[in-house]
Amino acid sequence: MRRSPLQSRAQRVLKNDLEEQRLFRRRAWIGFIGIVVLVALLASRYAWLQLWEHDDFSTASESNRVQVRPVPPNRGMIYDRRGRVLATNRPAFRLEVIPEKSGDLEDTLARLAEVVTLTDEDLERFEQTRRRYRDFHSVPLRLDLDEGEVSRFAVNRHRFEGVAVVPYLSRYYPYGDLLTHVLGYVGRVDERDLARVDTDNYRGTTHIGKLGVERAYEDELHGRRGLERVETNARGRTLRVLEREEPLDGSDVILSIDVDVQRAAWEALGDRAGSVVAIDPRDGAVIAMVSKPSFDPNLFVNGIRQAEYQGILDQPRRPLVNRSLNGGYEPGSTLKPFVGIAGLEAGVVTPDTQVFSNGRYYLPNYDRPYRDWKDGGHGMVDITRALEESVNSYFYQLAYDLGIDRMHDTLSRFGFGAATGIDLPGESAGLLPSRDWKRGRYSEPWYPGETVIAGIGQGFNVTTPLQLANAQAALVNGGRVFEPRVAYAIKGPEDPSARRVEAPLRREIGLSSPEYWDVVHRGMWRVVNGSRGTARDVALEAGYVIAGKTGTAQVFTQDQSRDYDQEELAEELRNHALFIAYAPYEAPTISIAVVVDHGGAGSTVAAPIARATLDAWLGQESRLGQLR
Amino acid sequence: MNRLVPGWLNPPRLDLPLLAALLLIMGAGLVVLYSASGEDWGMVVRQGIRLGVGLAVLLAISVMPPIILRRWTPWAYGAGLALVAATWVFGEGQGADRWLDFGFLRFQPSEIMKLAVPMMVAAWLHARELPPAPRDFLVCAAILVVPALFIARQPDLGTALLVGISGCFTLFLAGLRWRVIAGLAVAGVAALPALWMVMKEYQRDRVRTFLNPESDPLGDGWNIIQSKIAVGSGGFSGKGWLNGTQSRLEFIPERHTDFILAVASEEFGLVGVLILFALYLFVVGRGLYIASVARDTWSRLVVGSLSMTLFVYVMVNGGMVSGVLPVVGVPLPLISYGGTSAVTLLAGFGIMMSVWGNRRFIR
Repeated sequence: MRRSPLQSRAQRVLKNDLEEQRLFRRRAWIGFIGIVVLVALLASRYAWLQLWEHDDFSTASESNRVQVRPVPPNRGMIYDRRGRVLATNRPAFRLEVIPEKSGDLEDTLARLAEVVTLTDEDLERFEQTRRRYRDFHSVPLRLDLDEGEVSRFAVNRHRFEGVAVVPYLSRYYPYGDLLTHVLGYVGRVDERDLARVDTDNYRGTTHIGKLGVERAYEDELHGRRGLERVETNARGRTLRVLEREEPLDGSDVILSIDVDVQRAAWEALGDRAGSVVAIDPRDGAVIAMVSKPSFDPNLFVNGIRQAEYQGILDQPRRPLVNRSLNGGYEPGSTLKPFVGIAGLEAGVVTPDTQVFSNGRYYLPNYDRPYRDWKDGGHGMVDITRALEESVNSYFYQLAYDLGIDRMHDTLSRFGFGAATGIDLPGESAGLLPSRDWKRGRYSEPWYPGETVIAGIGQGFNVTTPLQLANAQAALVNGGRVFEPRVAYAIKGPEDPSARRVEAPLRREIGLSSPEYWDVVHRGMWRVVNGSRGTARDVALEAGYVIAGKTGTAQVFTQDQSRDYDQEELAEELRNHALFIAYAPYEAPTISIAVVVDHGGAGSTVAAPIARATLDAWLGQESRLGQLR
Repeated sequence: MNRLVPGWLNPPRLDLPLLAALLLIMGAGLVVLYSASGEDWGMVVRQGIRLGVGLAVLLAISVMPPIILRRWTPWAYGAGLALVAATWVFGEGQGADRWLDFGFLRFQPSEIMKLAVPMMVAAWLHARELPPAPRDFLVCAAILVVPALFIARQPDLGTALLVGISGCFTLFLAGLRWRVIAGLAVAGVAALPALWMVMKEYQRDRVRTFLNPESDPLGDGWNIIQSKIAVGSGGFSGKGWLNGTQSRLEFIPERHTDFILAVASEEFGLVGVLILFALYLFVVGRGLYIASVARDTWSRLVVGSLSMTLFVYVMVNGGMVSGVLPVVGVPLPLISYGGTSAVTLLAGFGIMMSVWGNRRFIR
């Protein structure tokens, strides 16, 4: 019989079993006591956690269970003065990712790109946003999914842990490019935006006003976020809402803009680039503010594609520039009524002062001629006729007598050379030259010849269409200079009625004789209604009385971009056409400034646009086109 | 060969107090599992079936007399060692190669070693004079170190630890000299840096996280932090069955397996934990008692070391859940969801029952 090695040896050993058993029992006792001690230690560890530290852990457990979530408010709507919706919130869908739950994030994003369109911008913005939040927060990846994308994702959703399609309200501008330069637009909140708002109030907010009214009235439109205490599981899924503090929705902003007037101006401008600004001289409310070309703000709301943006940037006429606020135009002859007031007030001319125009004006001791636009001149003219026919010589003489200092003083009171203070961001100040300015800018003294051409709005003068319209408003309302407002009223979600937004009165221009206003008004009346008025065609069958002033801006300080081909260069060199007007003459309710880039003469191109706009405001069908 | 297949078997003579304690623990485990699984009857039933299989194994082993079990020991040990080596070559598992897949059965061979190693050490010492001579000590050390190293290489540190420790307990109970034990302890501490060197990166991370869980609260530290919150928020009497928010809202990871004690602590509080520890302590004590009345050296040593190993399970798991020991994959015996561990444990208790049935001074 074969023996196993264990057994064969065992037989050789003499074992004292009793002794072994005693040894074992000793060891077992020692072991057991050790075990009891250690289990007691372990138990005391549990007692420590469950008795002494119980309160802390209870709190921790509660804050695990309950999440406080911001509830973003609904953004206020924007209306025109007749209650038409200019900016609204439209239901849309966005794609959100919880990085912690989506496993290999890079892989998830790559697979998502097969289901929905994801651009580099989307991914970059996602990265940026993701860094602001902790990994278990839901971060938006793509906004405004189209129907196809939503349904494709729905079919494939099992492949994407931690990714969800979330409904939200997306900003929508029903009028598209018509109002872009007034409304601006909202876009995704970025780091720069967060620096200027209360970040706590913007937890949960995805969009913020970037330009225009959307930006200027951001605080009113945004509202106040609410909070929700929800019970969530470890994956962040909400199981139930425990408590809810409702958000306070944003206020609606009602603009003084009239879409009809806006559209009339827009259509009258046609394909030309330019700007139309119309202000109610009675209260400084902006009625229309057109800048062309424009662009569709809806492109920007959910993130514009780089190619589309480049397309807009590359257009030579620069649609992104808001000509009404930032277009720097030489005012040309449209400045003459204001220079006239300056001359009358200073006493260098009286309403009866006559100046002889022979076509050329010379400064004493200089042989450089300053020309009238009409060969041979206009003969003897007083101030009203000088305005009617836009007689340069009259204003050369007036300006020379007045001097740059007094001219600057009066014109600056009309708001030239300073931002009007309109409730829109980024307005330009234009330029009203003065001795000091020139010394500071060029380290040169002021030359008399510069005063002369400043008198007809040329030289260094730069104004914006808004400044012109606003200055004219002061000219016809007895000298009250308002800081214009595009917002007319604001209605909070809990307000019973809207609060009026008053345009602040910046200053009142008091004249030593109110008659001077009338003199200049008469001159402007004659521009449109006089037999030799430069814009006499514009009032044909208007049914109300228009007064105004034409102007032409020479294009010699055109913008930097010189990369145009020859055909465009020709148009580039054409003069800008200007026309300012107000109506009705007896009790003006609208002050309008029209600038047409490279439009040529103000009378033929700009004036009809003003007429169409005035007709829309004063309730008239423009019959001008039919009559021509 | 006929001696390996005995012609007779014991009638089952079970130690009722021990069996009762085991059934209580298993019952409590199913109750906790129902809550931890999110009231999933399917899981409870599956676990119940596994425990039933385990009890059948217990019964089957309890009818075999210890002498038979002892004779099978070298074969069991050899087969287990071969299988552990095989996992090295053919294994598959979640990152760690622990499983052998036979198509119809997936099975973790290292489990066998939890029983085979103390049995083998005991079998070696059974035939020798005790306390063990230096030469026998070296042989025993080899018996336990070789499989432990294999298992550690899988890598499954938790099981390797349990396998090694069960062998050590056998030696301890056999009366290994105190000065040798002290020497081993010193050597063990000295070997810690070496252990660190051979650890896998994820194992090192676990240790690092254990030392400072707040360093990565959303990553590796998450388990420890959430588990401690669950335990601590349970308080004295617990949040009540099915009311543990940490568990129900899925903040506790591995809540039906390794961290099930966190669920129990949250819902039944300190009271529940103490009752559970008391049950385990009773089982350990009862096991040691059975060992002390065993008829021969082998029975004594095997039963004694299996009892003490059960305590290691509880200690390591309980320490991990309460954040005083690093996260090592050691289940809470008879309560954690999962089959292999429970079946092995119950097989071990089967050996105890067999020894009990053949105890000294029986009629």
